[in-house]
Amino acid sequence: MAITVDRKPLTFWEKLYLPAIIGGIKVTTKHAWNTLIKGKVVTMEYPEQKWTVPDHYRGAPYLVKDQEGHTKCVSCQLCEFVCPPKAIRITPPGDTGAKADRTNAEKMPAEFEINMLRCIYCGFCQEVCPEEAIFLQKDYSLVGTSRAEMIYNKEKLLSLGGEVGGIQKWKNKLEEAKAQENFPVKL
Amino acid sequence: MDWNFIIFSLVKLAIIVGVVQGLVAYSVLAERKISAWIQDRVGPNRCAPPFAKYIPVLGPLLTRWGMFQPLADGLKFMFKEDFTPAGVKKIYFFLAPAVAVIPAMLTVAVIPFGSVMGNQKMVLADLNVGILYTFGIVSMGVYGIVLAGYAANSKYPMFGGIRSSAQMISYEISMGMSVIPVLLIVGNLNLSHIIGWQATNGWMVLYSPISFIIFMVASFAETNRTPFDLPEAETELVGGYHTEYGSMKFALFFLAEYSNMVSSSAMMVTLFFGGWTLPFWGLDHPANSIGMGIAHILVFMAKMLFFMVVFIWVRWMFPRFRYDQLMDLGWRRFLPLALVNILITALWLWMRS
Repeated sequence: MAITVDRKPLTFWEKLYLPAIIGGIKVTTKHAWNTLIKGKVVTMEYPEQKWTVPDHYRGAPYLVKDQEGHTKCVSCQLCEFVCPPKAIRITPPGDTGAKADRTNAEKMPAEFEINMLRCIYCGFCQEVCPEEAIFLQKDYSLVGTSRAEMIYNKEKLLSLGGEVGGIQKWKNKLEEAKAQENFPVKL
Repeated sequence: MDWNFIIFSLVKLAIIVGVVQGLVAYSVLAERKISAWIQDRVGPNRCAPPFAKYIPVLGPLLTRWGMFQPLADGLKFMFKEDFTPAGVKKIYFFLAPAVAVIPAMLTVAVIPFGSVMGNQKMVLADLNVGILYTFGIVSMGVYGIVLAGYAANSKYPMFGGIRSSAQMISYEISMGMSVIPVLLIVGNLNLSHIIGWQATNGWMVLYSPISFIIFMVASFAETNRTPFDLPEAETELVGGYHTEYGSMKFALFFLAEYSNMVSSSAMMVTLFFGGWTLPFWGLDHPANSIGMGIAHILVFMAKMLFFMVVFIWVRWMFPRFRYDQLMDLGWRRFLPLALVNILITALWLWMRS
């Protein structure tokens, strides 16, 4: 249904365009005053100023070490299989490769590569990891001068990832189990 | 052959062209900065040549103010590929930017930008028919735009060209009519004489403010600035008459627009705000020393820059006029108003005599 908007004819005062002109001058001077004198600017000057990333932000995935500085990854290759864009490539140690550098683990990857050009920050690798060895962290601006440079290897991922204290998975499982016990919905 | 005249004219010509080009470049920067301030932004503050950061305080400060941005803009325009779209009318396509830019540069010639330096008058051509010359040249400005719109062989530039031809021709009439009271009061077409008259009798804007208002609005329309930027209405016509243009050819249209702004600001200052004169500090009579000559030029520049800022400021103040409103304003408001203004001024002068 067509709605006819009632257009009032302009009054004499409005026809002079003076109210519009005065209004325009007011608005523009107010904003210019706010930016120039009071320094209220909405622009964030990016490389110098950075916004605070929220806690749940999913940035680039990095490998983490445990509290003793050992590799947590056990080269199970679950993340490699789950990765939708196939950004992760793990080379297992094989028969001859180095064994795990921590107790309670059989092996660690000989090489662990994430192609950051392919990664879509979905977080599946973090979700699937049984050892809590890979986490999506807060980095969002990864820069490189070549494609080869954007494939991050194991050392780089480990050094960028930092340390995470202990394995939390059993604690989380416990909490999940408890949460299931007292189901919030009353029947 | 008067070699003295030729040499001094060439020097003045070079300086004027250089100054106008510089003003054009930096008014683009001013436009960007002022628009940024009005819109709560910062504006260009990054662009700098590699050596700028080694200059102690000044380098970062100039970078912050965006002072190197015009250089980068210019370089970008120069080195961009000069692309000619398929299907354009080649000759006109190449001719149009030149036709737009030449009248824009020519108008500055008759404007007295200072009194005297040594024994040289600070005006390139002290014509007896200064205003007439300006209007003659300004009315040629429309051809560049119409030609550009026609040559592009594309519908939006065509619309832009058609709009501009209607707009510029209608506002030219109001503009011409608005200046007649000034000429009636002064009794001379020479711009130097008009300034001289204002030095003794006070600024012309006090004698005929309506003329000034009409002249100002018409010059907004003539230079295709908002609220009358219909020929290049981005929201309606993609880019208007210069949609199909790129690189230096586009830059020439830009140059023409801003040169027009410079020359119409200069005209407003000359006709209504006393040109290079100030009513105090003895700045109201032709200079008898070099220092005073420079002071006069600075006074003129300051007044002109004020109007440039007004031009830029207004752009961020108002929305665009609708086409019929534009025509209504030009033909049914300003033209009768200008005619009445002429009549009243003439009657007033007749009563006094």
